[in-house]
Amino acid sequence: MTLNIIWFLLVTILIIVYAVLDGFDLGVGVLSLFSKDENERRIHLNSIGPVWDGNEVWLLAGGGSIFAAFPVVYATVFSGFYIAFYLLLAALVFRAISFEFRGKIISPLWKKIWDWAFGLGSLLPALLYGVAFGNILQGIPIDASKRFTGNFLSLLNPYSILIGILSLVMLTMHGAIYLTHKTEGEFQERNIINAKNSWLAFLILYILATVTTIFVAPFSFDKLLMNVIWWILLVLFLVSVVSVRIFLSKNNFKLSFIFSSLTIAAVIGLAAVGLFPNLVPSTIFPDYSLSIFNAASSERTLMTMLIIALIGMPFVAVYTIIMYRIFKGKPVITDESY
Amino acid sequence: MNTELLSRIQFAVTAGFHFIFPPISIGLAFLLIFIERFAWKRNDEQYLKLAKFFGKLLGINFAVGVATGIVMVFQFGTNWSKYSTFVGDIFGAPLAAEAIFAFFLESTFLGIYLFARNRISKGWHFFSICMVALGSLISAFWIIVANSWQQTPAGFIYNAAMDRVEISNFFDAVFNPSTLVRFFHTVDGAFITGAFFIVGVCAYLIIKKRETEIAFKGIKIGIISGLIFSLLQVFPFGHESARVMYKTQPEKFAAIMGLYNSQTDAPIMVFAYPANEGEQPVLKAPIEIPKLLSYLVFFPGDPQAFRGLNTFSKKDIPPLWMTFVSYHNMVLLGVIFILLMIWGAIQMKRKKLLVARKFLKILVWAIPFPVFACELGWMAAEVGRQPWIVYQLLRTHEAYSPTVSSGEVWFSFILFTLIYLFIGILFVYLLAKEIKKGTETSIIPEGKEVELL
Repeated sequence: MTLNIIWFLLVTILIIVYAVLDGFDLGVGVLSLFSKDENERRIHLNSIGPVWDGNEVWLLAGGGSIFAAFPVVYATVFSGFYIAFYLLLAALVFRAISFEFRGKIISPLWKKIWDWAFGLGSLLPALLYGVAFGNILQGIPIDASKRFTGNFLSLLNPYSILIGILSLVMLTMHGAIYLTHKTEGEFQERNIINAKNSWLAFLILYILATVTTIFVAPFSFDKLLMNVIWWILLVLFLVSVVSVRIFLSKNNFKLSFIFSSLTIAAVIGLAAVGLFPNLVPSTIFPDYSLSIFNAASSERTLMTMLIIALIGMPFVAVYTIIMYRIFKGKPVITDESY
Repeated sequence: MNTELLSRIQFAVTAGFHFIFPPISIGLAFLLIFIERFAWKRNDEQYLKLAKFFGKLLGINFAVGVATGIVMVFQFGTNWSKYSTFVGDIFGAPLAAEAIFAFFLESTFLGIYLFARNRISKGWHFFSICMVALGSLISAFWIIVANSWQQTPAGFIYNAAMDRVEISNFFDAVFNPSTLVRFFHTVDGAFITGAFFIVGVCAYLIIKKRETEIAFKGIKIGIISGLIFSLLQVFPFGHESARVMYKTQPEKFAAIMGLYNSQTDAPIMVFAYPANEGEQPVLKAPIEIPKLLSYLVFFPGDPQAFRGLNTFSKKDIPPLWMTFVSYHNMVLLGVIFILLMIWGAIQMKRKKLLVARKFLKILVWAIPFPVFACELGWMAAEVGRQPWIVYQLLRTHEAYSPTVSSGEVWFSFILFTLIYLFIGILFVYLLAKEIKKGTETSIIPEGKEVELL
């Protein structure tokens, strides 16, 4: 029983780390659509060039962990969200190869193709992650045999699209803040403005989304007011979101980035507390919901996976720190760059 | 076509396309360790150029491998949901372990290897390529653990109440009867692929009379390692794989070896083509080496009888044609690799390699053939396991996603076939373009770098 709760926590953390790390990559990709010239496009690419691949591995680690710890969720959600998932994967595939392919042929049309692949390949995932979470937050039709009975169009409902846009704006803000300390001069000024504008848009959308959630998924607020963790996360969210803006104004981009990471963590954390102990609520009948108990692997597997995670994660932390130390500072465009 | 068949075709296309790239990456990363080591310890400018050249090719190959691999992690859930719930308790762990232990290591250090040559010391840079190679081996290990468990499941119990299998012993599941032989066999296949890649690319540079000295250093490393790897592939790795298969999956063994009837003193089929005479599959125009198969499998003991395909229930045997043909072509290629590398070594010894233009041309054309051999081996392994998705536990036709319609699979299948076709063509084109540029990175006129890159 405790192991199921630990794995709920670990999966939440995996999703948070993925959203924080690949989140700024995706945000940078979205912003690259608004580049003024070739040099700016290349700074976008190269600001994340050496790190994006490592960041995307968190998605694979998350996918693998959900498969191992909550196989029923893995099976039901991925087969249920079939079309949406393949669109997401297609976007990620194009985005991944755009880095290596873009600079290899000297032709404006060629570069344009891969600029769009990189930009849309970042925008679509940022949006679709939100749409997927929107559906999970409000619940999806799951029957007694744990099967999804909806279809692709039923996934594109107004609430999910709202959460999709929220996710897109949140990651764009995060990417813009990342770019503020990877750029200089006039370009940096524009990124600061982008960051401030997307911050405002994020705040408005978040309030809107919260109010809507009260009507769409009232069950997520059951007993929340008695929940200490929920209150802690709420305070964390409020402090972080305000600090993002304060430090942007003070031109302290490092702290602003840290608080924007904490904001993302708090947003996902608050949603997770609302869901707990469910992973995917059923709109057909509450008892059909996939929970951390009825969708989980055996105790032995959860324990084995916990040991694997405990052995592996310190290594991952060490590599990640080494990498960010080596590539700290502003990107220098050389002939080895993208 | 129904959801099951379409999902199978889609899995074959996506996995088959993905599997072009990892063997090249694994082999190339491993051989780059030696090239980088010579460049560093001998302070040799030519090895350094060679390393940078192949490093760039590794970068392109790795990127496409990663891009096509993302789909693989999620495809079990999207298309094989029944399979995922049935085996998730066991099968998810190696996939997660692969990400945690291998992907982070590989991707982080590849970033450092490709982009930080001037930011860190030579020792740390050498360390980074070693970690890329190690990461790719760990990755191969965990994915083969997962696949071998499908072939020879172990360390599990069946939970009837939940209709799923659960881990009883993680160690037994990981080191199931076929894991280790299949790991060595597959990784050695990747090493051969990497060696032939380096040999072929360097042969091309020699033919074009470009940077001949540098290319000669490369081809030397490639031929020596290629010879060792392709000999090891026959004995012990390939040999042991077949012996383990005989013990653990007799139906697959019978199909692969073309044993329709039970027999002692079974021959090795050198050539035959499978056909059907009424209900019964037959092998036409066979060329056999008598008794060799029995001798190879049972040496030094006394040969026992092999069970022929006709002794198994019809619903439990794999399709003979695909299994037999893919396996035999793989072996044929393996023999050709050995002959090519022996001839290369002889020419090198006689100091005639640089002028053996016809032979060098053959080596250039040989670049993709180890990839074909890997694909054929994988086909023999997977088709030979049919009709099971997990051997003797779950049938393939029971494993697909019941909630996914055939229209949806058509959509994803067409979408990804087109994407992969597009990527495949671009990959070959770009790789050829980079190879034609040669090892001189500064052939670009001064001052034009910014425009170009």
